[in-house]
Parts: sequence; C-alpha cells; structure tokens
Amino acid sequence: MDSIYYDKQFNKMSEDNQGQVWEVFVQAKPGLAHKHVGNIQAMGKEMALQNARDMYVRRKEGISIWVVKLEDIVASSPEEIGSFFDPMDDKAYRQATYYKMPEGAKHI
Amino acid sequence: METSKNLIKLLYRLGDNTLIYGQRLAEWCSNGPTLEEDVALTNISLDNFGQTRAIYSHLAEIENKGKTEDDYAFRRNERQFYNALIVERPNGHFGDTIARGFLFDAFQLHFYQELTKSNNEFLAGLAAKSLKEVQYHVRHSGEWVVRLGDGTDESKEKIQKSINDMWEFTGDMFATDSAIDKLTEEGVAPNYNLVKEKWTKTVEEVLYRATLKKPEDCYMQKGSLSGLHSEFLGHLLGDMQYLQRAYPDSEW
Amino acid sequence: MSTLGEATMTGQELFDYKIENDLKIEPKDWMPEDYRKHLQRQMSQHAHSEVIGMQPEGNWILRAPSLRAKVILLAKVQDEAGHGQYLYSAAETLGKTRDEFINELQTGKAKYSSIFNYPTLTWADMGAVGWLVDGAAIVNQVSLQRTSYGPYSRAMVKICKEESFHQRQGYEIMAQMANGTPEQKEMAQDALNRFWWPSIMMFGPHDGDSPRTGNAMKWKIKRETNDDLRQQFIDKTVAQAEVIGLTIPDPDLKWNEERGHYDFGKMDWDEFWNVVNGNGPCNKQRLQHHIDAHKNGSWVRKAANAYAEKNG
Repeated sequence: MDSIYYDKQFNKMSEDNQGQVWEVFVQAKPGLAHKHVGNIQAMGKEMALQNARDMYVRRKEGISIWVVKLEDIVASSPEEIGSFFDPMDDKAYRQATYYKMPEGAKHI
Repeated sequence: METSKNLIKLLYRLGDNTLIYGQRLAEWCSNGPTLEEDVALTNISLDNFGQTRAIYSHLAEIENKGKTEDDYAFRRNERQFYNALIVERPNGHFGDTIARGFLFDAFQLHFYQELTKSNNEFLAGLAAKSLKEVQYHVRHSGEWVVRLGDGTDESKEKIQKSINDMWEFTGDMFATDSAIDKLTEEGVAPNYNLVKEKWTKTVEEVLYRATLKKPEDCYMQKGSLSGLHSEFLGHLLGDMQYLQRAYPDSEW
Repeated sequence: MSTLGEATMTGQELFDYKIENDLKIEPKDWMPEDYRKHLQRQMSQHAHSEVIGMQPEGNWILRAPSLRAKVILLAKVQDEAGHGQYLYSAAETLGKTRDEFINELQTGKAKYSSIFNYPTLTWADMGAVGWLVDGAAIVNQVSLQRTSYGPYSRAMVKICKEESFHQRQGYEIMAQMANGTPEQKEMAQDALNRFWWPSIMMFGPHDGDSPRTGNAMKWKIKRETNDDLRQQFIDKTVAQAEVIGLTIPDPDLKWNEERGHYDFGKMDWDEFWNVVNGNGPCNKQRLQHHIDAHKNGSWVRKAANAYAEKNG
C-alpha cells in the first residue's frame, strides 16, 4: 500500500521542513461535490485549512474546503487497472439505457 | 458641519491604520517562513489596502476638495498621519510581526464589530464588510501566537518577548480625542472602553492557549491622534511616497 | 483503455503507447528514468523561477505610485508564490520533496530563469517585466498545457488561467507611461531597451544548440521548440510596442513577407551564458535573499512542527 504519488518517507515533524503535504478539496457552490484542486504543505490541521484557503480560494473559487493528509490517502496502483476496473465492462445492466421500455411509456 | 469635521478625523484614523499596517505586511513578500505563509501575509496586506481605499475614497467624497484616494496616501507628511503607533512598528522577526498583528487584528475585530452598529451608513457598511476580513486575520495571527507560544522553547521565548515589547503601543489603539468622543456620543463611533474590554478578553484567551503570560501593566506610549509618531513612520512614508513626490505632475 | 490489455504490455511499451497517443503520464505510471529526471529538473526550475521572480517585482511593491498599482502588483507577486507552490507540488509527485528542491536551489544545483538576475531599476521596469517577461512566460506556459506529464499539464492550465491578468498589468503600465510626461516615456523606453533582449533569450538557446530539446520533444514534455516559441512571442509583441509608440531596440527587426514572421537581430549568447553561470548583476543577491528568508524562518517552521506534533 503506497501513497497516491510515490513511495517515500514523509517529512518528520519537529524538524525544520516545509511540513506535511495535504490534499485540498473545494466545494465551488452549494449542492456540488467537493472537488480535488491540488495540495499545500502545512504543519497541523488548522494551518492546513488556512493555507488551503489562502492558496486556493483567493479568487472566490469556493464556499467549503476539505484538507486530507496525503499519507492518509490509500490509492489503487496502475497495475490494478485490469482487475479493479475491467470486470465492470460486462455489467451493462447497471445502466438505465440497458433496458427496453414499451413504446409510449413516459417518465420512467 | 462639526460632525463632518469629526467624522473626517475618524476616517483619517481608520484609513491610516489599514494603510500603514498593509504596507508593513507587504514588506513580507518573498520573506515568509514558507511559501504558503508568504501568501497568507500578503492576503492580509491586500485586505488592509482594500479597506484603506474604501475609506479614502469616502473621505474624498465628503471633503469634496477634488482629492483622490492617492492624495491621502501619497501627499501627506509624517505629522498629518493619524494611524495608531502599533501599526508602524517595524516587522522585526516573524514573531514580532505576529505579535503586532495579533494585538492589532484583535482590536480591529472588536472595533469593527461595534462599528457595525454605527448610525453612519458608510461606517456601518464598511464595518460589516471589513469584519469578515479581520475575523480571518485574527484567526491567522492568533493561531500563530498559539503555535509559537506552545511550540519550542526558543519560539516561546521569542514570542513572549515580542508580545512584551509590543505592549506599550497597545494603549494608543484605544486613544480618543474630542472629535472622536463627540462621535461616540452621537452613536457614530463605537464606545472605545467597550472595545477595550472585549479586546482584553480575546488577548487573555489566546495568550492562555499559547501558554504565554500577559505583560504587566506598563506606561503606554501615546500621541498618534495628534500626529506624533515614531521615527519609523517617516522612513515608511519616504519609500511609499517616493514616486508621487519625485514626479508630482505625472499620472500613474 | 481496457482493450489494451496492459497486463501484457511492459512499462516501456505502455509509456510509448501513451506518448504516441497523447495520453498523459501519471505519477505512479512506469516512466523511463531519464524522463523522470528531465521533468524533475524542468519543473523544479520552473517553480524556482516563480519564487525567485517574486524578488525583482517585490522590489517595487512598497514604492508603487498609486494604491491601485500597489494592490495589483502585490496580488501579482502573490500569485507567483502560489504558482511556485503549484509547481513544487506537481514536481513532488516525481518523488522529491519541496525541501529537497529548495536545497538544490540554495546550493546552486538547480537553476532558475536568468531573467530574474537583472535589476528592476525604475517603476517602468514593472511594466516591462509584466509585459515582456510574463508575456514570454505565458507563451511558453500555454504551450506546456499540452505537456505529457499529467500533474505538470494540470498545473499549467491553472497557472495560465490565473496569469491572464499579469501581462495586461505590465502592458497597462507601459502604455500609461509611454503616453505620460516626457520623463515617463523615457523611463518606459529605457525599460524596454534593457528587458527586450533578455526576454527573448528566456526561451533558451537556438534549437541546434539545445542538447536536451530532442528528448523533451520526443517525450512531448516540450510541445514546441525554443525558436518556434520565441518567434511567436516576437511576432505578437512587435505590434503591441507600435500601439503604444515605443521602439524595440533591434535595428534588424523587420517583417519577412515570405516567412510570415518578423526577422530579428542576433542575440548575445555570451551575455546569456555569463548570467546563467552566475555573473549577472543580481545572481548572488537573489540567491542570498532566498537563503536569508529561509534561515530566518527556520525557528518558525520548527515551532510549528513541534506544535503540530503535540496538537495535530
């Protein structure tokens, strides 16, 4: 299990460094999902939230922010592309368009 | 007429506060401890310049002498500025800037909060808009006071000294003169005693969280409402006003 | 994608397939080591340029001649910090931390754009830097939006969007000064004279003298060559100079009907390499400024890390 980017020792706290990497998600408008916009570095949660605000919503890009420590995100790997995603190929019956409706049926 | 003269004095005070504070924070550009912090400090600077422009533009309107916002910023001398002494303090190290910032941001927070109740439409509107900005400023500087206070031994010592050093300039933030007192009576300006009470509470809370000591009562420097400043202000203005002074007939 | 049957393709084959078909390479995909190294070098250099680039413009924030000019310049320089941050974070996906990149910058192992080793002497330089330096950077960055590495491409898209006001800000200053008092016009022309040649050399050596261009084009890290980008920039800037009545300091500059482009004079590559190699007017000053700020911030970063360790 490795990070979404690379296998690497993350910055240790209590040292002189730029802090930890936090991924930033911004909700642009009420009703929309939070969308990944990038990341920032910060020491601790409060700073992460503030830095995300200062870095990613300078132009009124959003109304809500999530920050998640990069090291807490678990990612699938490119090698898993086959076993993870291909099996969904033959399950067209999960799509609404798969079904034939009698002519004249509406609002269904 | 009298009210408008008093109001003009108050507007000078408010506009000069944010101008000089904004200018000081702009000095941090490319000097912050991290890139993110560089952006944070300049954001606060920009907010302050924004407030300044709104205030000076309104000042130009009610003075009605054909001046622009820039005339107020660039064509006045040291003795004609009425900003509180604390905002002209040099940046020093990051802890000094944070101490100055927190003590002033907390003042602005409570001042604007009270000012939203002003019966002057412009001031109430300015306060409502600026309040949102300074709520964030005080959160930023307050959290840094806590981080530095409760960080390492070195940072604790540094930020405690910064707060102590800045303390003698805090009294002047609450200073009033006959013009401002009159405005308070009329419901235009806030009650400064009330602002001070609330400010004291905020400062005590944050210092407590930061495991820092509130400085002892000490002599408070004063004079800014009479245009009496530290030597530092002249240098700040020298830089800021250089082009406007050197080329008085040019437009930029 | 699933029809590809990646399971049967080697990393190299899949990489080649993606490059060939203009698909983006993503951080955890297999990539040739040289591709990774090339990107690390180019992206970190790009990030360093944004960050060091804050200094020459920062030099005039405190002295901006109007409140409007001051907030615009401050917002612009602040954007550069933001863009440096976007680029570092994109570069980090290749396996080095920002701390490592910063260390490479401060020890001279990594470079930044040489243009920032020239001083900004008058307010008109804020015009010239915005108009020419940002203008040149934008031509390059627009092209890089199509770069093959996903995180780099996405950073470029975001940066291009945000930078759309940067060049206008500079050009507006130039226009205002060129149409101002004789002194202002003289300052504007002087700034153009000083920044023109370094700006067009920002695109780098001629294609024939640029050893890395081959791989970068092959891997689609670069989408257009140095000379092509330079020509694009010159072609559009000449007319802009005419509009505001300033003269580009190149007697050989003239329209070539046959090529459909402007011909221009010889660039002084000795000067260029001299600055790249550390002898520009501000090389030492810029780096020292960065090192000093970094050192001064050390106790702050340590404190914040210690606090985060205790309190999350």
